[in-house]
Amino acid sequence: MSEPRLVEVRRNVLKQNDVIARALREQFRAAGVFVVSLVSSPGSGKTTFLEKTLTQLQPRYRVAALVGDLATENDAVRLARSKAPVKQITTGTLCHLEAAMVQNALQDWDLRTMDFLFIENVGNLVCPSSYDLGENLRLVLMSVTEGEDKPLKYPTIFNSSDVAVVTKNELADAVEFDWSAARTSIQSVRPGMQIFRLSAKTGEGMEAYLNFLAQQLAEQRAVAHI
Amino acid sequence: MHELSIAMGIVDAALDESRRRGVEVSAVHLRLGALSGVVKDALLFSYEVACQDTPLEGSQLIVEDVPVIVFCGPCQAERELPSVQLFACPECGTPTMDVRHGRELEVFALEVKEEEELRKEVQA
Repeated sequence: MSEPRLVEVRRNVLKQNDVIARALREQFRAAGVFVVSLVSSPGSGKTTFLEKTLTQLQPRYRVAALVGDLATENDAVRLARSKAPVKQITTGTLCHLEAAMVQNALQDWDLRTMDFLFIENVGNLVCPSSYDLGENLRLVLMSVTEGEDKPLKYPTIFNSSDVAVVTKNELADAVEFDWSAARTSIQSVRPGMQIFRLSAKTGEGMEAYLNFLAQQLAEQRAVAHI
Repeated sequence: MHELSIAMGIVDAALDESRRRGVEVSAVHLRLGALSGVVKDALLFSYEVACQDTPLEGSQLIVEDVPVIVFCGPCQAERELPSVQLFACPECGTPTMDVRHGRELEVFALEVKEEEELRKEVQA
């Protein structure tokens, strides 16, 4: 048998997603909205964390959120208590959000009326890492109850994130959370990553994180001259 | 698991290219980076499913693993990371996030059936 003929094609499999994500990013920039996506494992406290974030930013900023969930609308109902506009994206069996879903969900929202838009991904530390959503900042959330080596178990998602938040700090003593070990494992998979340690429940540490977001928004607008 | 949707993306890309070039595909070559977030075994399994009832049914997916290559500033050299759990130069130990390779998820070549082969298939 002769050697098979090889035809070079070079096609990025996620090109469709990346094209939409780029368009979204440009839309966000033009509208002057700073977009944060949240990834974490199920049960790490993403929704409580987001609820507190929305509530505490609201006196000073116009905020909104998109939440991805497999089947229920519970998260959107909880977040609606913050009085911020919240929309649910039900993914069915899909374990992650894709850029096209974000684009569809945003169709009837005017981005210019927002300062911050939060996108809560489906609770999953594997699949969301492959999909760019056009966000300005990808925030990975882990709770002290998950163990210090979470980043080493899921290096890809930590590596592709911009900032880490370690939450449920009110439980740190009870679970003998080793802060220095956690910091080392985060820095090992994502050198230089900024880390916030906080408790969404008690509010401890929230201020530094919220100030960081405010600063990110200001920097983005300075660059975009808005 | 998102490998099935990735596999369907691979099939779409390969079918599109084969139509455009008027060729029949016997195998798809994929470059898969260690940081792509895709599990190879799950992808190979999903590929078969994704090919069903398409002209690619029966074709093979050949995966080339791409390791993480970073650039080390102090060494002024590209280095391959032995593990994705430690983003530091394996030679001098300096942490680095300057990733040059390892995020690939790319159909880079198609193995196509030659006309002679096709004729034989038709006759058989």
